[in-house]
Amino acid sequence: MVPMSYFVGLSAVLFAIGVAGVLLRRNIIVIFMSIEVMLNAVNLAFVALGRRLGSMDGQVIVFFVMTVAAAEAAVGLAIIISVFRNRETVNADELNLMRW
Amino acid sequence: MSPGVFIFLAALAVISALGTVAQRNPVHCLLALVVTLLTIAVIFIGLDAVTVGFLQAIVYAGAIMVLFLFVIWLLNLQAELRSAPGYLALKAIAGLLSAVLVAELFVLLWHAPTAGGAKAVAPADYGSIQTLATTLFSDYLVAFEITSVLLLAAIVGAIALARRAPAPHAASAQAVGAQAAGAPARSEGA
Amino acid sequence: MLIDLLIEAIKAIIVVVMVLNLSGVLLWFERKGSALIQDRIGANRASLTGLGKRMGLPNLGLVNTLIADPLKLFTKEDFVPDGADKFLHGLAPFLALFPVIVTFAVVPFGDVVQIGSRTITLQAANINAAALYILATIGIGVYGIALGGWASNNRWALLGGIRATAQMISYEIGLGLAIISIVMTYGTLDLQAMCHAQGGVWFGFLPRWGICLQPVAFLMLLTAGMAESKRVPFDLPEGESELVAGYFTEYSGGKQAVFMMTDFAEIVLVAVLITVFFFGGWQVPWLYRDGFHFPGGAHLGLPQLLVAILGVIAFMIKTVLFCWLQILIRWTLPRFRYDQLMRLGWKGLVPLGLANVVVTAVVVVLASGAH
Repeated sequence: MVPMSYFVGLSAVLFAIGVAGVLLRRNIIVIFMSIEVMLNAVNLAFVALGRRLGSMDGQVIVFFVMTVAAAEAAVGLAIIISVFRNRETVNADELNLMRW
Repeated sequence: MSPGVFIFLAALAVISALGTVAQRNPVHCLLALVVTLLTIAVIFIGLDAVTVGFLQAIVYAGAIMVLFLFVIWLLNLQAELRSAPGYLALKAIAGLLSAVLVAELFVLLWHAPTAGGAKAVAPADYGSIQTLATTLFSDYLVAFEITSVLLLAAIVGAIALARRAPAPHAASAQAVGAQAAGAPARSEGA
Repeated sequence: MLIDLLIEAIKAIIVVVMVLNLSGVLLWFERKGSALIQDRIGANRASLTGLGKRMGLPNLGLVNTLIADPLKLFTKEDFVPDGADKFLHGLAPFLALFPVIVTFAVVPFGDVVQIGSRTITLQAANINAAALYILATIGIGVYGIALGGWASNNRWALLGGIRATAQMISYEIGLGLAIISIVMTYGTLDLQAMCHAQGGVWFGFLPRWGICLQPVAFLMLLTAGMAESKRVPFDLPEGESELVAGYFTEYSGGKQAVFMMTDFAEIVLVAVLITVFFFGGWQVPWLYRDGFHFPGGAHLGLPQLLVAILGVIAFMIKTVLFCWLQILIRWTLPRFRYDQLMRLGWKGLVPLGLANVVVTAVVVVLASGAH
């Protein structure tokens, strides 16, 4: 039987990989994908801990996280499309109009 | 879930997550992310969360990632060059901070009060669609209704943001239409 | 333990072999059937021994379609276009075929078989949430087509791929709503339980098949299923006279054969789903586990093995019937324009499906409340 801390440890590793992706990559679509990796790591932690406690609350929260992630992906990608139309680039370094 | 299966799935998830953040071609990143999502769906099913696991495959890997793929095509993103110049110091610091984050999370969570095996036998019908629906529609009903409003707002927002601005095109279309109507009349008269 | 594993392996192999063989037979069926519908002869040249021709028998085109064509396709040069992504170009056909074949794992092709003391369910994998599994695999099946179109480095293939992907994800919603109505009617996600629930009779003679309970969902599943497999009248992404071959323009040889096999395996999948959900699956009318109970009152006792075999034969006959129906529809209807196709999917199937779900919900609540 696999101890629950293994699943939470896997979730921590995936979360850190997502954070590394957000910090290191310059392409905003890949940054967005790294955010999805982070969300999935958190989902895994919720399901594992919910299973440990025998409660369905973890899975219901994962259901909501998935729905919100879908809404966020739709709006975020629409924003990226608008940005691309105006600035012709998806490199995060070149989107610097609001820097002083 | 036996330890061998868990090690295989964990290794697959970590390797494909690393592929997501490290690949140069955005489409390859997306494929690696789909593999990560499907691996996590399988882990959910292994943790007796059957409905949520299949929903992850249907919604996340089957719909949201296709949306990502459409945007990558629409923007015609090419593979990045081998090494983006500059910012090496910042990248080193970012890598270091991620490693520190992993270490912190391990220290906090490994010895958390919930350490130890899962309840060996899950309650009957745990993770089935009936139980999920009962909990969702009784304890979390308000959150469910608010989420439906959120989805409606997201649909309207996405369409409004991604649409091309119609006003300049309409004006120029009218001008082009007037010219096109004028040209055949002139050519017929000639 | 080992015996159990062996039985499961045999069931899985039987299912995969049957599906692939049926795809091949359907290819012949389509070529010869379309020739008959279009008042021409079809393939009739190749033969192995020449004996049939010497005896004056007509050539049915079997050797042509089933032996010569696959041999030609698999021995052609494997051509990857210049500048294309080699890895994805090679992966895409198999990424398209894999989810379709894997879906057949949960399909029940018969009732139980008793061998000695062992009861074997004639279903390769007994999953409780089988209907969700089917939706998941159909959702994953989009990627092979999408990547096939993109990885060819050809703008027309990409256009075909984009059209195909948009069409598939649009009709997935209609498909999902049809399946949801069925799940609500039977109260279970398990396909074998649905087949069991379709046994018995109403009014003493009418079999309790799902078509009588959910006719709208049957039409929706047929339409959405044909749109998912991109068959005519929904085959604009393939566009056989517009986009050369759409998303698989740049595929030749073995990879094209795999894409074709995906097409026919999806025909079989839609036929199998219609059979299981709406026509009783392996249920033969008036046949129960101990034999026939005819409406007049006659009873014909049969051994359990014969009952199981009759169930499997009935399942196969119904599947072939619906495959034939899809082939007939293909060669009868003209192709939809793309905006007509999208309008049918979003403005036709989705509201109809939602209305069907609401009506089904009301009827289920009233029917269960009355007891």
